[in-house]
Amino acid sequence: MNLWLIPFCPLIGFLLNGLLGKRFPKQLVNIIAVGSVAASFGLVLFSLSKIYPVDSVVTEHGFTWIQSGMLKIGFDLTVDRLTAVMLLVVTGVGLLIHTYSIGYMEHEEGYARFFAYLNLFMFFMLLLVLASNLLLLFVGWEGVGLCSYLLVGFYFKEKFAGDAANKAFIVNRIGDFGFMLGIFLLVARFRTLDFGAIAAAVKGVPIETSLGGLGVITLLLFMGACGKSAQLPLYVWLPDAMAGPTPVSALIHAATMVTAGVYMVARMSFLYDHAPAAMHVVAVVGLLTAVFAATIGLAQNDIKKVFAYSTVSQLGYMFLGVGLGAYSAGIFHLMTHAFFKALLFLGAGSVIHGLSGEQDLRHMGGLRKVMPVTFYTLGIASLSISGFPFFAGFFSKDAILSAAYESAPWMFWTGAVTAGVTAFYVFRAFFLTFFGKYRGHHHPHESPLVMTFPLMVLAAFSLGGGFLSVPHWLAPLFPVAEHEAMQPMIISASFGIAGILLATLIYVVQPSLSDSLKSAAGPIYTLLVNKYYVDELYSATIVRPLNAISRTVLWRGVDEGLIDTGLVNGLGSAIQSVGSVLRRWQSGSIRNYATWILAGSLLLIFVLGLATQGAR
Amino acid sequence: MIDRIPLSAYLILSAVLFGLGIAGFIYRKSVITVFMSIELMLNAVNLSFVTFSYDNKNIDGHIYAFFVMVVAAAEAAVGLAIILTVFKNRGTLQIDEVDSMKL
Amino acid sequence: MDSILFIIAAIAAIGCGLNLVLQTHPISSALSLIGVMSSLALLYLLLGAEFIAMAQMIVYGGAVMVLFIFVIMLLNAGAEKRSDKSLFAQIAGFPLLAVLVVLLSFLIRQTFPSTVSEVSFGEWVGGTAEAIGKQLFTKFLLPFEVVSVLILIAILGAVVLAQKEID
Repeated sequence: MNLWLIPFCPLIGFLLNGLLGKRFPKQLVNIIAVGSVAASFGLVLFSLSKIYPVDSVVTEHGFTWIQSGMLKIGFDLTVDRLTAVMLLVVTGVGLLIHTYSIGYMEHEEGYARFFAYLNLFMFFMLLLVLASNLLLLFVGWEGVGLCSYLLVGFYFKEKFAGDAANKAFIVNRIGDFGFMLGIFLLVARFRTLDFGAIAAAVKGVPIETSLGGLGVITLLLFMGACGKSAQLPLYVWLPDAMAGPTPVSALIHAATMVTAGVYMVARMSFLYDHAPAAMHVVAVVGLLTAVFAATIGLAQNDIKKVFAYSTVSQLGYMFLGVGLGAYSAGIFHLMTHAFFKALLFLGAGSVIHGLSGEQDLRHMGGLRKVMPVTFYTLGIASLSISGFPFFAGFFSKDAILSAAYESAPWMFWTGAVTAGVTAFYVFRAFFLTFFGKYRGHHHPHESPLVMTFPLMVLAAFSLGGGFLSVPHWLAPLFPVAEHEAMQPMIISASFGIAGILLATLIYVVQPSLSDSLKSAAGPIYTLLVNKYYVDELYSATIVRPLNAISRTVLWRGVDEGLIDTGLVNGLGSAIQSVGSVLRRWQSGSIRNYATWILAGSLLLIFVLGLATQGAR
Repeated sequence: MIDRIPLSAYLILSAVLFGLGIAGFIYRKSVITVFMSIELMLNAVNLSFVTFSYDNKNIDGHIYAFFVMVVAAAEAAVGLAIILTVFKNRGTLQIDEVDSMKL
Repeated sequence: MDSILFIIAAIAAIGCGLNLVLQTHPISSALSLIGVMSSLALLYLLLGAEFIAMAQMIVYGGAVMVLFIFVIMLLNAGAEKRSDKSLFAQIAGFPLLAVLVVLLSFLIRQTFPSTVSEVSFGEWVGGTAEAIGKQLFTKFLLPFEVVSVLILIAILGAVVLAQKEID
């Protein structure tokens, strides 16, 4: 079956572009980079067609990676229906974004390096998706974190880029700490990390009523997901990660890497089903994140930051879905989100490219005549994310909210209102960009075909993607009850439309209303613009104390004081002082030597004589 | 009178003479006297050898004593030659003043 | 009869030994040493070691001590002077010595109880020159030859060390 070729092709692309790319002409770099992802995509289609309709799980066993006692972990890749969905999303959207990058990064330096990192990212992401055991998944998990660091910090000559990259990696690490603890506990309990084996072993375990062993494990794994998928309280890295090039934001921080957490929860559904307490936590955290991020997105002025908070918010929706047990709804939203969020970012990138780097909404406006393709595609994406009827986002959001309606109505109402807020701020950004008068100083132009073509493809999927019935496809894995009620659908749709209308009113019809609202809201507005001061809070309570402790206690205290002065130098000076004392023994006086010899031999006689006495 | 003398008497005498030799070595300041104390020590040991030889009714003890005597004689010859050299170089026969080999 | 001889010889030996340590002038010490050696020769005779007694007198008394006296006269060694150096030796020497002698005596008494091991003159007559000669040329031949080489080296060494500087 050769599933290993699917992640392997981008790896080859990484090696070629990474090691030799500097000497290649741009065309060759393009061919290698895009070609490897295209090959991967083709292989995915080919493999899936071979095992269609993917009723059983196909596993390919590679070499044995770890063999220690009872623990055996192999380089095993597996494909089932869930993997199929993820593979198609990752390779398909990845291919489109690689194509787009050719145009976007044309005038940037480090061209080959960019594509090398992008390919490396594809390798790790595919490894994550295809993994058959949790440790291999973790390898991919860490690898995408690494690539996120490399790509966010792509413009490494700017300090803010390096800082953002550090932040992304470090905050991720905090989550990974929990993830690793979860892995350890799983090994301790099940002696294996293979998904199939754990699923079989956990079948007989009764469902826990309160937080038990499985609950702890799942919560720890979720902690890792919070880090990777930017949920409360570890979401702070995602908005800063917008320091990277826009295709990076689109690929990594919209479509693929951040969805790894959702994928992991869905993958471990057999564990989560047995720990309802943990699932409840997941759902609540997801919902809170959705609301929180949506409110912040209302007041942001950087177009990428708006979409970043929107990503955090939508990820919250996905976790709400899987937390409620509607795994297929969550994955469905993951897929549609990949389409419209990638489109939103790529469109924003197109606008930024057209304005030669301008990202502030207050300096845009009236671009719909100049950049028609971008205008129409971004419009489709905005309608989709708002849940406008029959667009892709409508179906997926409805799947989640219907599940909420069934189990916890308060969640449904909160989610529905947030959907309205989402619609509002997305359209706010849309209108500020494309309507009104142009408030900037550059010469906007439409982007080349190589950039607009992916936009068009993604727009088509954002429109019609909802009709790809993913929950139906995933039904054998995640049994889904058919929701008959039309009410949730109508209610959420109406909230969305209300949001759109409100945005139209404030930003198109009566632009002065926005200023008056801003001043009326006053302190609330300040709070939102400054992102609830969360970063400042973290800095004051965690970052600065930690830095201070490191500097004074660990560096000056332990390293310099204890180890350098105490142990290393201290040993030297101790030996020196002992030596200087012992030196006086060699006095040169023969009589003293003789006396010492006498003393020594006396001791010897004493010992020997009395020893033999005892023996006798 | 008593015809039999305990063996331990000889050995204790040997020990006492040995101790006297050490006392001479430690407390005398002239090099030649120190040398003579060494000879005294060797003699004490010789007595010990001969006593043990009597005890085991074995002639080997005498042979050892003989060799000790030979070596002591050779050592006395060479040692006194060294003393002459030291006297030529340092001009003194006090061992306390020949103490330059120190740290 | 044995005991009287033993006591006389022992007292003479210890007396001369004390004299060696206590006298200030080297010549007196040398003469005391000769006295010690003579008493030891008597003791050897009591122990039936005829050859050794003779060798003692001839080698030690006749050769080694004469050499000592020659050197004392050559160097004109005078009486010793007081010295303040080597404090450690002066202070710690005597106690250590006392402990040593007492310890040795104790051990000897333990190992050779008085009633068991005794010496009587004439009980053993194996210390003849013939017996020693026999052993010396059969069992101890190698040491014998080596020792003769040793003496040669000693002679050479003494000659080299003590010769006049060739200006």
